[in-house]
Amino acid sequence: MSVIAAKTQKLSLVQAVTDGLRTVMKDQEEVLVLGEDVGKNGGVFRATEGLQQEFGEDRVIDTPLSEAGIVGTAIGLAINGFLPVVEMQFLGFIYPAFEQIMSHATRIRMRTMSRFHVPMVIRAPYGAGVKAPEIHSDSVEAIFTHMPGIKVVCPSNPYDAKGLLIASIEDPDPVLFLEPMRSYRAFKDEVPTERYTVEIGKANRLKEGTDVTVIAWGAMIPLAMKAAENAQKQNIHCEVIDLRTLYPLDRETISTSVQKTGRAVIIHEAHATSGLGADILSLIQDTSFLYLKAPIQRVTGFDVPVPFYTLEKHYLPDENRIIEAIKRAVNF
Amino acid sequence: MEQFQMIRYLDENGNLLNSEISKALSLDFIKELYERLTLVRAFDRKAISLQRQGRLGTYAPFEGQEAAQVGSALALQPNDWLFPTYRDHAASITFGHSLKTILLYWNGRLEGCVPPEGKKIFPPAVPIATQLLHATGAAMAEKRKGTNNAAIVYFGDGATSEGDFHEGLNFASVFKAPVVFFNQNNQFAISVPIEKQMNSETIAQKSVAYSIPGIRIDGNDIFAVYFETKKAIERARRGEGPTLIEAVTWRYGAHTTADDPSKYRDQNNSEKRRENGDPIIRLERYMKNEGIWDEEWKEEIVSKAGKTIEKAIEEMESFPEPNIDDLFAHVFAEPTWTIKDQRDQYYEFLRGVNQ
Repeated sequence: MSVIAAKTQKLSLVQAVTDGLRTVMKDQEEVLVLGEDVGKNGGVFRATEGLQQEFGEDRVIDTPLSEAGIVGTAIGLAINGFLPVVEMQFLGFIYPAFEQIMSHATRIRMRTMSRFHVPMVIRAPYGAGVKAPEIHSDSVEAIFTHMPGIKVVCPSNPYDAKGLLIASIEDPDPVLFLEPMRSYRAFKDEVPTERYTVEIGKANRLKEGTDVTVIAWGAMIPLAMKAAENAQKQNIHCEVIDLRTLYPLDRETISTSVQKTGRAVIIHEAHATSGLGADILSLIQDTSFLYLKAPIQRVTGFDVPVPFYTLEKHYLPDENRIIEAIKRAVNF
Repeated sequence: MEQFQMIRYLDENGNLLNSEISKALSLDFIKELYERLTLVRAFDRKAISLQRQGRLGTYAPFEGQEAAQVGSALALQPNDWLFPTYRDHAASITFGHSLKTILLYWNGRLEGCVPPEGKKIFPPAVPIATQLLHATGAAMAEKRKGTNNAAIVYFGDGATSEGDFHEGLNFASVFKAPVVFFNQNNQFAISVPIEKQMNSETIAQKSVAYSIPGIRIDGNDIFAVYFETKKAIERARRGEGPTLIEAVTWRYGAHTTADDPSKYRDQNNSEKRRENGDPIIRLERYMKNEGIWDEEWKEEIVSKAGKTIEKAIEEMESFPEPNIDDLFAHVFAEPTWTIKDQRDQYYEFLRGVNQ
């Protein structure tokens, strides 16, 4: 957190998103917010609350209920001079827009040799742990990190949420901006009132340690931090890394840390198979093979659809599973 | 479906059915239409033959649909937008793409998607109906900027079965976007005939659900296509929102050079359509009826078209080899480290191999 701000305010993560949008919209007429219920209602999570009153119906646009329609139209706006910030109500609702993202948003730049490009942000609350109905809790970031042409960003705290969102809007290419809904109102941070950015592609070392590197993002960060604190009581010193950007990964921060500790535990709530953990594992293998003292551990959701909420506590990684993995790495 | 009767300005025998347009039909304009139709038909035939010779990849022919494409694209102004599919090269050529560019596209070159500087021609949509939304968004952007530019978007009959078709019409209707949805109903989605595509009598009637004007025109009648598209574009410019145009036409040949239409329809019937509906024959008959036909002139333009096409082929075939940098340079504004690393490793590999 390098910015020394003259003025800050205490905001929750979702409020920081709103503040980020407001900050940019004040400066740049081209920024438009589009989505279902984003106007009068301020979004189902109130992430766009008050913006329509402030900036008008032309800039905070309540759209028809149509995810492909929203993303496809936003592509048209983006190629023609605007900076659309699209809200998907839940990441699990993005599937109808999948074709527009995969077939168009990600490859218009390449197909036209940069004549056209798509400076668009798709915001999507994601993840389980809030007792939402089915499909609302999916965590399918790996589908998008797999597709070249879109960046994937995931803040874990209010400060990063504002800074990363502004950086995403400034980015000339499409960005999928994942908002951990479990962390939306879980805590507050001091957030600068001014415009600032957190660089895309840079991870954040949240805690220094010597024994094992714990890598996580989004809603898994508070759990990882808690597990690391508990491990400390047992004399295991964890280094905790918040990835913040899922594509492109921060190779330097990950490898520097693993080369120091010789061990890694990767945590994500998404399914294990072909999950992002596998890629981080491969990155560590590429950069740090000879430093490793133990097999890299993964703590993930299971290879099952995110379940109805009475079972979600069993599906989601929890502090105990994380501590167990840390011990497995240390005691190998 | 009284309200969606087929609009025709010119019958099969070349008789003008709409006298109101007579004053707009200067000799130069009529000749221009004929010349453009001749050029794109010759181009299309040549492209198929190039594909057969292995000088082009798979190609999507449009023969039969020339009037629909040329007539509609001619109705645009230079600052408008054009969103084509993979079958709309005649529209793209009419609006400013070079023949060379179209050939490069089918020759597997990225350069084939890049329009001339300042020309707002989007790369051809390969997925079906997705481009209707891009056109709607681009048109909404023009409206927000306060210009009077409009967008036209092309799609086939099969596209009307896709969700994006309905989402595009709905968005454009709700936001009054200055966009013209130009459907070329060529009556087959690869092998599936229109009767199996939809149970509605017309495509134009689908406009009713969105409370936008819908018209059904004879897509092989270039006068009807040109003047009706022009009206729709002008309507869009005036801020009155989108129009759905169904241009009823026919593709004589295959969906692409990779399929054989005789497998799914009687191609003799397809050939009979030439006599009764062909867009070029019809215009020729009109010109003969009007006493403005000139055989020598025709020979001249046919020969001119041939030369233009030969020159484009030469340009395509003498185009510099693809640059490997382009594989990596245009994924993001600034390549990510993953892409840079992969690029550098690949170059190292190539250097090693070439040693």
